[in-house]
Amino acid sequence: MEIVALSGSIVGSKTRTAMDYTVQSLNEKYPEHTVTLIDLADYDIQFSDGRNYLDYDGDTKYITQTIMNADAIIFGTPIFQASIPATLKNVFDLLPVDALRDKVVSMLATAGTPKHYLIPEHHLKPILGYMKAQVVQSYVFIEEKDFAQKQIINDDVFFRIDRLVEDTMILAETYQKMKEEEDKKYDF
Amino acid sequence: MSMEKYRINPANGLEFGIYTLGDHIPNPHTGERVSNQQRINEIIEFAQLAEQAGIDFFSVGESHQEYFTTQAHSVVLGAIAQATEKIKIASSSTIISTLDPVRVYEDFSTIDLLSDGRTEIIAGRASRVGNFELLGYSLRDYEALYEEKFDLLRLINENEVVNWEGEYRAPLRDAKVIPRPKEGWLPIWRAVGGPPGSAMKAGRAGVPMFLATLGGPATSFKHSIDVYREAAANNGHNPNDLPVATAGLFNVAETTQKAMQEVYPHINEGMKVTNGQGFPKQHFAQGADKRDVLNVGSPQEIIEKILYQHEMFGHQRYIAQMDFGGVTLDQLKEKVDIIGNEIMPAIKKYTSKRTEE
Repeated sequence: MEIVALSGSIVGSKTRTAMDYTVQSLNEKYPEHTVTLIDLADYDIQFSDGRNYLDYDGDTKYITQTIMNADAIIFGTPIFQASIPATLKNVFDLLPVDALRDKVVSMLATAGTPKHYLIPEHHLKPILGYMKAQVVQSYVFIEEKDFAQKQIINDDVFFRIDRLVEDTMILAETYQKMKEEEDKKYDF
Repeated sequence: MSMEKYRINPANGLEFGIYTLGDHIPNPHTGERVSNQQRINEIIEFAQLAEQAGIDFFSVGESHQEYFTTQAHSVVLGAIAQATEKIKIASSSTIISTLDPVRVYEDFSTIDLLSDGRTEIIAGRASRVGNFELLGYSLRDYEALYEEKFDLLRLINENEVVNWEGEYRAPLRDAKVIPRPKEGWLPIWRAVGGPPGSAMKAGRAGVPMFLATLGGPATSFKHSIDVYREAAANNGHNPNDLPVATAGLFNVAETTQKAMQEVYPHINEGMKVTNGQGFPKQHFAQGADKRDVLNVGSPQEIIEKILYQHEMFGHQRYIAQMDFGGVTLDQLKEKVDIIGNEIMPAIKKYTSKRTEE
């Protein structure tokens, strides 16, 4: 399977730090799958203008195609102004309405305050649902105090990320099997 | 009801046509793709076959990107005009937004003369937008370009001498756009897809509408047709004078099961390379239902579906897309015969206004 881990901001380090560990965990436990890390800070992406995702060029096309080709995606996001960053919202806007159909998607959020705990639930999950994702219900929420000098310093965070990775992969593998069974029903 | 100027007589029943986007896609069963030259020649042969089978209409579209080959669709239509004698021919669609309406009118008037008055224009906004950058336009002007240029095209159609000024083209001063078509005037349709906003604009302007109906329940397209006719009536046009046509995917075989088995790989792979997403099997399976607009099935199923749609839409023309995704000409030959021998006679029988006995 093709797995994408996406870090949804172009500023800051916490989300990228957490996604680096997420990718490490994926590679260690699921070496048979391909993992691609996309850090939006590394790309120059244009704003969505409504065209088909194949009609963009350069970095924008790379991002849209990589996501569309994925079987499972872990979205990492900081919380800006009590919501997801505009850079991440733009990624969703670049894609077709049902872009996440047949994909398993999970969420990881980093934030400066525990008061943001329900932001992924209220702001990110509805977007994923609208785009037809199979969403892993539990997510990882990491606070400022869990990081120091671009490192995770709370062991509990490692355990939580490992569980998110496992939940994502179990659901992705199960979904693939289910999909194969479903498709067998049709004789065309 | 007077649709005469659009060369349509509703008393003759629902017109049946065929359209191609001019896609150039590998055959999913073999992975092989015919040459550009072969594909273009086969489109012309396809039009001849349609004519021989008594089909009413044949049209060719333009898409300026990979996996398509009729970018110069007016040139292809010129060849079809010469290769046929009685079938109506048109563009489906001409992307007027990124062309010069004067040049388009010159081309299509000429095709009309070559075809002895059989030519129509269907002008659309493009669902694939490769033409914008290639031809030097910005996608930011997607709507404005279309509205301005479509209006200019219609102005040229109505007036032999044109005075015009706009944003996206040099002004025209006492410009004489010639040659004029055979009857001095061409049927020009607005191509409509997606949300009903575009259907309302067609209605307000009082132009005939070509509605793309690629999949889903017929009732969801009924709404666009209703708002179209309502907008026309509210703006001083008689909806009874304005023809409506629908366009959608089509395949016929002896049984519905075979029709679906044959065509699914073509549609699915074709959509993957042109739109980036396949056709979900679950949706395709629902397409077999009579209430869905996907006209894939046995001849009898298709007749029932088209009549069901006709009862709901009250449209004057249906056009079928049956070559999408690398379907071979040999396959098409067989299906064109079924359309001519079985489907059309039944449809005409039930939709023409027979005189009371």
